Amino acid sequence: MTISAEFLEPIITLVLLLLLAVIAFGIVRVRGLFAVVIMLGAYSFLMATLFIVLDAVDVAMTEASVGAGISTVLFLGALYLTDVKEATGRARRLAPMLVAVVTAGVLIWGLSDLPEFGSADQPIHTKGADYLDRSIPETGIQNVVSSVLASYRGFDTLGETAVVFTAAIGVLALFARRRSDGKG
Amino acid sequence: MTLIDPLIALATRGVTIFLMVAGLYVVIARGNMVKKLVGLSLFQSSVYLLFILPGKIVGGTAPIIDPAFEVYAHPLPHVLILTAIVVGIGTLALGLALVVRIREAFGTIEEDEILAREDAVRVERDE
Repeated sequence: MTISAEFLEPIITLVLLLLLAVIAFGIVRVRGLFAVVIMLGAYSFLMATLFIVLDAVDVAMTEASVGAGISTVLFLGALYLTDVKEATGRARRLAPMLVAVVTAGVLIWGLSDLPEFGSADQPIHTKGADYLDRSIPETGIQNVVSSVLASYRGFDTLGETAVVFTAAIGVLALFARRRSDGKG
Repeated sequence: MTLIDPLIALATRGVTIFLMVAGLYVVIARGNMVKKLVGLSLFQSSVYLLFILPGKIVGGTAPIIDPAFEVYAHPLPHVLILTAIVVGIGTLALGLALVVRIREAFGTIEEDEILAREDAVRVERDE
């Protein structure tokens, strides 16, 4: 170990962030929807890699399987049932650009007093619930993300399940109508 | 160390904002509905980044308690974003199902063409 983690982690984060920005630019510019969907898959994998560097291993696993896996499959399925090429038609440029610039300005102003990257003395670590200390005595679970997800914020997860259930019902309802339309 | 600190602060904020704004721009500027959903995914993942970044402590490790480690990332943003990713795939699936249905009803997934077709139908009905 000649290079310390304190030096290496910010550099890897920096490189991955820049790659993410480049791919996002490509997604905005490219017209072929097939290429865009594949780029979105690559983007999700990069995001998952970044989450590993940021010590969010559970999120990285979910992003790699759900973001890069399932959503790419869903997009490809939708492309198979629709068009692969985006129309080049007249582009609205001014209004979206204006909205984007104003939003960017507000965000830059709003994020200007965020704490430093990776420092331990920011409010998120010094104040608030100390799940890291409470997890083992109270729940006996070593993976604190699991204990917060299933125990401390169990209702959150219940709500999430309800949302996924509702979405599934919605998709089924949409395609059930389609089948009856085909018959009639 | 002194050189990388301001650079990383700039990059984390700049890239998060850029991803969010790029997603927003795609949602508004592009008429193709699949492209709009891609933009929405970009926007969503910028929010993931915004939440996960402050949880990190440089030199720390993943929040799995072990006597060998002292410093851990904060687990709460991870939990929130896990929920957000799963809810995101639900909304994406519903959106794509709607796009497929729109394609079957109108024969196109371009916003402009759908609006033009609706106008044509309305004019026909009025006459």
